[in-house]
Amino acid sequence: MIYLQLFWSFFQIGLFSIGGGYAAMPLIQNQVVDLHPWLTMTQFADIMTIAEMTPGPIAINSATFVGIQVAGFPGAVVATVGCVFPSCVIVMTLAYVYYRFRGLNLVQGILAGIRPAVIALIASAGISLLILAIYGQRTLPENLLGFDGMAVVIFLAALFVLRKWKCSPLWVMAGSGAAGVLLYWLQGRLL
Amino acid sequence: MKKANANPYGQLFVSTFRLSACTFGGGFVIIPLMRKRFVEELGWIEEQEMMDLTAIAQSSPGAIAVNASILVGYHVAGIPGALLTVLGTVLPPLIIISVISLFYQAFRDSAIVSMAMAGMLCGVAAVIFDVVIHMVKTVARQKRILPLLVLLGSFTAVRFFGVNIILVILVCGVIGALDTCRQQKRSKEAKEE
Repeated sequence: MIYLQLFWSFFQIGLFSIGGGYAAMPLIQNQVVDLHPWLTMTQFADIMTIAEMTPGPIAINSATFVGIQVAGFPGAVVATVGCVFPSCVIVMTLAYVYYRFRGLNLVQGILAGIRPAVIALIASAGISLLILAIYGQRTLPENLLGFDGMAVVIFLAALFVLRKWKCSPLWVMAGSGAAGVLLYWLQGRLL
Repeated sequence: MKKANANPYGQLFVSTFRLSACTFGGGFVIIPLMRKRFVEELGWIEEQEMMDLTAIAQSSPGAIAVNASILVGYHVAGIPGALLTVLGTVLPPLIIISVISLFYQAFRDSAIVSMAMAGMLCGVAAVIFDVVIHMVKTVARQKRILPLLVLLGSFTAVRFFGVNIILVILVCGVIGALDTCRQQKRSKEAKEE
């Protein structure tokens, strides 16, 4: 019974979170804190922090976490499956439609119009992430000079390496993580 | 199915598993990583196709990372491919969060973990900027004003006015459709003359 409830809750989260990532947060809160007594608000804040610190989509991370809290590992699996189920059906249908009709002139025109917008969306997401990385908060602070120097150094070095040598992003990210530990540790030591 | 690989399934699973294990920050972060892997390294998907898939992933319900991997899997190996890439994308967070939830207080408070995470966040931002620079160059090479205007306009709308992303995609689709109609009409007139 509890499995069914978990599945249904995360099915709804998966179905109604359009735009991904932070769009899912209020929905998750509604399902697991307000509608069901599965998490306290503090636990919910914790899982959001952990979801940001660990790889993977926020919705999947919280499905796993909530599932485990409520019904152990099988609960985690059920909640996760519920969360991706709507995507599977809808996206596969859209993929079929896309590959069937993308040869049409009009469809090509529509897609050509959308492509620059996609770049804009990615750019905007990148800027949000950069702000979070160098200021430690989501929005620009009033004091623009109060940035984290180490973060700026790591960012510029990573960007340089990527542009210059075109190496794999996975290595760049592993390197940035290592650089973070090293630089922040040194900073803590010296200051 | 380009570059018919003897066994695309293994490669699909391993690629999405590795990408998912490294996508900190959620959302769009996986797109640049996927582009690098499937467009540049494996050559399974074309540059423009990847942008179309991104738009579909963004406009569909659910996590963008999951949607994008469904699309890539479906393109390379049909429905079995899609199921496999979903599995590859979902497993890393499932495993990692399961382990972390056993001792999440200690994890959250660990100084080394937060230092590494702070560093990786900078790395992720750099990866996204790298891809954006590359993509903007591709658009600029077309030598047309309209795509650049659409790019700037949608950036302003999303970034400074907080316009709903789905709305932006819809409007840009309409602009693209109108532009195509206009071009076709013009070439027809040119032929008639």
